[in-house]
Amino acid sequence: MSDVTPQATSTPVALEKESASAAAPTVRKGADPLKIILPLAVGLLFLIFWDAMVRLSHSDIFPKPWDVARGIVELIRKGLLLKYIVASLFRVTIGFGLAVLAGVPSGLLLGWFIRAFQAFNPMIQMLRPISPIAWIPVAILWFGISDLAPIFLIFLASVFPITVSAIAAVRNMQPVYLRAAQNFGLTRGQLFRRVIFPSCLPQIITGIRIALGVAWLVVVAAEMIAVNSGLGYLIIDARNAGKRYDLVVAGMVMIGVIGLILDILVRQLEKFDEVRWGYANNE
Amino acid sequence: MSTNSAVSVRDLWMSFPGKQRGESIHVLEHIDLDVKDGEFVCIVGPSGCGKSTLLNIIGGFLPHTRGEVIVEGKPVDGPDARRIFVFQENGVFPWLTVRENIGFGLLRKSEEEREKAVAHYTAMVGLTGFENAYPRELSGGMRQRVEIARALAANPDIIYMDEPFGALDFITRLKMRADLVRIWQTEKKTILFVTHDIEEAVQLADRVLVMSKRPATIQTIINVDLPRPRDLDSKGYLETRDRIFSAMGMSLKIGEANTTAA
Repeated sequence: MSDVTPQATSTPVALEKESASAAAPTVRKGADPLKIILPLAVGLLFLIFWDAMVRLSHSDIFPKPWDVARGIVELIRKGLLLKYIVASLFRVTIGFGLAVLAGVPSGLLLGWFIRAFQAFNPMIQMLRPISPIAWIPVAILWFGISDLAPIFLIFLASVFPITVSAIAAVRNMQPVYLRAAQNFGLTRGQLFRRVIFPSCLPQIITGIRIALGVAWLVVVAAEMIAVNSGLGYLIIDARNAGKRYDLVVAGMVMIGVIGLILDILVRQLEKFDEVRWGYANNE
Repeated sequence: MSTNSAVSVRDLWMSFPGKQRGESIHVLEHIDLDVKDGEFVCIVGPSGCGKSTLLNIIGGFLPHTRGEVIVEGKPVDGPDARRIFVFQENGVFPWLTVRENIGFGLLRKSEEEREKAVAHYTAMVGLTGFENAYPRELSGGMRQRVEIARALAANPDIIYMDEPFGALDFITRLKMRADLVRIWQTEKKTILFVTHDIEEAVQLADRVLVMSKRPATIQTIINVDLPRPRDLDSKGYLETRDRIFSAMGMSLKIGEANTTAA
């Protein structure tokens, strides 16, 4: 046994110095050129491969990368690109926003009240696997050829991932947080606001991220059928009116770019201090 | 120190329903115990004996099957902000800073009072300078300090501690115990502390309640009549420790290690 004696220690902070590594702020990574060079190289190789394949196949219809770039410029000149992007983003914003407003509270309630969960969960699990695409005819029947049809489809597509992640968040909550909160005598409202909601937020944000990805997939499909504007409409219209495959691929490229930007934006939510604890060592 | 009972348990029984229908698992049998106002009492017992269950019943987190649990003159019917529980698995809220965590139980106080109490208890547990840190940026020992400060700031009469240092390394544990004794001496709270670590109990407590294996009962009560700060090499310390070891039916030749996992 050592001669360590449990008596008043003078400076506990100094004693905890061994923990400094745990307390160290996130280390800023130095610029790593390979992190930029490698993806650029892969992209360039892809473009060369694409170009070569089109030349080898002597296709008159399928565009080369350069044709697509010119297509994008043409769309910008005509003012169509911005108009269609705005149209698609508008539908996603409304449908997805409604899904967040409906999905988060209902998921939290269903997660908290076990009887409500038992009552509604089978229904949710049955509706969830039905592809939003399958709802297109129903949406047209109910809402006609208008903005409401794709908005409805986007809502349907994104409300389930959000609800389900909120339910799971409440049900997987660490019991120790609840018990600590109970101990301090919180009212129901305080318990919800100060403990349940913040403890569920990281998982809810993950659900929101998945839902936004799905919403962006669905808006394109919905616009091919139910409306006459937007990036989905651009693609189907370019194909039907003159087999303009350069514009088809240009539309696809824009969908990819905007999808990437949306994901990067939602990812920023995960960086707030209030939720960062909920993600395992994400860089 | 007054002689009023802070906690008084009479003929407490506890059983859980078993896997089979009608079967029940007896966890606690005929528990009697008293904790005086301002006393530091440790409950030790083998892993899985039900000492945590006992503390949870006294804390109001679990119902009991039979008997009486009186805390501060009233039967317990749920958790209460005048008795704060410090959890083994660390109940510090990861979405709040150290400052917000420590002030968590003080929402009904004015801003000014809260600030004062938070600063006071942050300093007491040695976390000054870390007020704006989040728990994920702290070591395990520091997180446990935050939880202790949060409990103290709520100004409870009694603090229940359920193996609060169980997950910490040996050196950190020694420091935490030393600080806890210092804090207890200044704050004069009643502390009921559950541990499977006999050395820990002897270092901390006025009295040690030794529990038996399941179905558990209080087997022996050992007074630790040693001056503080305690000398871990003194004859009195070693004798007290050995008495608890033998009360738990352990030979010291194999029982020397206090590293048994919970």
